[in-house]
Amino acid sequence: MIPPAEHVHWLFAAGILTVGLCLLAEAVVGPEVWARRRWRAYLWPATLFLLGVLMWLVMVFFTNSTIHMLAHGSWAQVMMLAGAAHIGLVKGKLKSRYWRLTMPLALAVSGAAFLIHEQNGWFFSRSAWVHHLAGWILIVGAIFPAAATFWPRSRFANTGYALTFVAIAVVLFTARDIAPIFGHLSPEAGVAHR
Amino acid sequence: MNAHIATEVRAPRSRVRRSARTQVVLSLGPLVVLAGIAWALIQPYRITLLHPHGQGFWWLVAEPPLYVVLVGALFRLLVAPGLVEDLEGE
Repeated sequence: MIPPAEHVHWLFAAGILTVGLCLLAEAVVGPEVWARRRWRAYLWPATLFLLGVLMWLVMVFFTNSTIHMLAHGSWAQVMMLAGAAHIGLVKGKLKSRYWRLTMPLALAVSGAAFLIHEQNGWFFSRSAWVHHLAGWILIVGAIFPAAATFWPRSRFANTGYALTFVAIAVVLFTARDIAPIFGHLSPEAGVAHR
Repeated sequence: MNAHIATEVRAPRSRVRRSARTQVVLSLGPLVVLAGIAWALIQPYRITLLHPHGQGFWWLVAEPPLYVVLVGALFRLLVAPGLVEDLEGE
């Protein structure tokens, strides 16, 4: 009853797209208006935390290799940490704005995990391409939440922050278990399917 | 003399000019829905519910274009209205 890996990527993509849309709306209206309704302020941090919890299931059930298990485990931890830290900030339990740095940490660790656990080259298969691209988007994208921590009113930093999530969602939606990428598919990858 | 003259009194429609920020918030959800619909049209085989015979459980659950549509629709219906209300009440 374990779903194909690509289905899991799509489900997480939907969750990440939700976070991205919320962050984009927050960047447009500003943090004060966004936080005017309590439930809304909790929305994306709680979604991120939930994604972190669900990632533990991925770690448990998708044990292709030790490196996969470590990558999924580290994602689960950093997503839960970032989600929990932002929930704490909304609640007022955490005061320091530097807790927001848990987000660039989460993105950088996730990006590194993507790159480390993909052991094939960019054009080995669609899946390899997705992992490389997602890894680099996350590592470069970590700059935006880091900048937003120090310049919380920066429209550029906050929009980049949100678009990083949207971009990751789009890339994850393109994930396929075995499919070519720009016409390339290594014979070692297996038989392609739609 | 009794003359009934039925006149429909129409209240002048107040044309509320929405700010650019409001327009952006209101268009985010529909744009995502449109992206999902476009994906479904380009790759209809991704929606296995259209041809369910012979599909396994997960292939019937996984409908990625519909996920996109669902996220956009939920954002438009649940998040955007309150956000616009708060934005206009600023």
